Amino acid sequence: MTLARLIRRHVRLPEMLLPVVFFLIIVSLTAFAVGPDAAILARIGPGTIWIAALLASLLPIGTLIAEDLDTGAMDRLRISGLSLELIMFARMISHWLGLAPALVAAAVLSIPLLGIDAALIPALLIGSSALAALGVIAAALTAGSRAGTAIAGVVVLPFALPVLIFGSGGSLRLTAAAALLLVAIAPFAAAASLRAAD
Amino acid sequence: MHRYANPKRFLEIAQPITMWTLLGGLVLVAGGLWWGLFRAPPDYLQGESVRIIYIHVPMAWLSMAGYLSCGVAAFAALVWKHPLAEVALVALAPIGAVFSALCLLTGSLWGRPTWGTYWVWDGRLTSVLVLFFLYLGIIALARGYDDPARGAKMASVLALFGLVNLPIIKFSVEWWNTLHQPASITLEGSSIDQAMLWPLLASAAGFSFLMAAATLMRMRALIAARKRSARAARLAQTA
Repeated sequence: MTLARLIRRHVRLPEMLLPVVFFLIIVSLTAFAVGPDAAILARIGPGTIWIAALLASLLPIGTLIAEDLDTGAMDRLRISGLSLELIMFARMISHWLGLAPALVAAAVLSIPLLGIDAALIPALLIGSSALAALGVIAAALTAGSRAGTAIAGVVVLPFALPVLIFGSGGSLRLTAAAALLLVAIAPFAAAASLRAAD
Repeated sequence: MHRYANPKRFLEIAQPITMWTLLGGLVLVAGGLWWGLFRAPPDYLQGESVRIIYIHVPMAWLSMAGYLSCGVAAFAALVWKHPLAEVALVALAPIGAVFSALCLLTGSLWGRPTWGTYWVWDGRLTSVLVLFFLYLGIIALARGYDDPARGAKMASVLALFGLVNLPIIKFSVEWWNTLHQPASITLEGSSIDQAMLWPLLASAAGFSFLMAAATLMRMRALIAARKRSARAARLAQTA
């Protein structure tokens, strides 16, 4: 019950539209930059979609955890006896709920734009959980830092490689395995970095 | 271990060690490189270009050893809250970054005549590039906070996570069928001729000493800077 309430705190519908728009802009920018050759676009399409997803997942990182820290909401939650790991787990789920439907919707829209295979979508849906996990880790690491999102990018991107490789390669099981690992680690890593900051 | 948590006691032994490792490193590197570049025989297949291994291989070893040390320091900083471990991590990260950058650079210069390309997206090369990015991430986090102590803590968390990359680098040449050759020198022995092995080991030992010396210098500078800002804060309070 508590978990559901913790998750619901952060799911806001209007904010879910921004990643869709951002995603579609990156996809069309790629098409403009590379040129409208359908064969090339179909070849680089999966990679483009994954990079767009990765960048879109980085968008809300600046406020993901820092907001709760600044307003004191995090302290209130911790005082109420909830473990930091549970709070971070809920934060990861809510980040994913805000991210995944938007990404999948945008990816479906870009299927005709880039001429890619629809089989990529399930991998994106599963892999987006890994992006949400990395997002929470990065947000916890960079909460209160001067350079915010830019640092978050530097920190997150190396760890996103396995998901990126398997996901854009279209191998569903390996994507799921890499995502599962990150999702399992993320609440503990984020909680550890917030504790280290105490 | 906590005996050396006291900065004064640490500085007392760090000072002479810095000098000796620096001198020893310079002598060994100069000797090893001279031996390797002028006296050692050229390779029957690669010709003169093989001589880059006297820099490339030590850089590769040390960028990984440096990251392992970063991980150990991060562990000590997070688990035992050892105050000098944080300093060591922050001091070591930029040096490790330089070593891994040099490893990539020399490897790429060697790859051009030997493989016919500066770069391939092979498992070993890619994982060392990721190692370089991890070093950059540690540096960025350590410098990204107004409070340096907090930055060091966050950098420790990242360094600990990044340890997963080390086995990937080590075994990349065995897991994937890559362009980069597998290790020639292992704990069981070496497939390199003695005439090339000894200068390589000398230069590797020399560069290790230089890495240690540079780390100690940076640690001392960081401790001095910390002392200075503490004194400034004290003065501001009393004034």
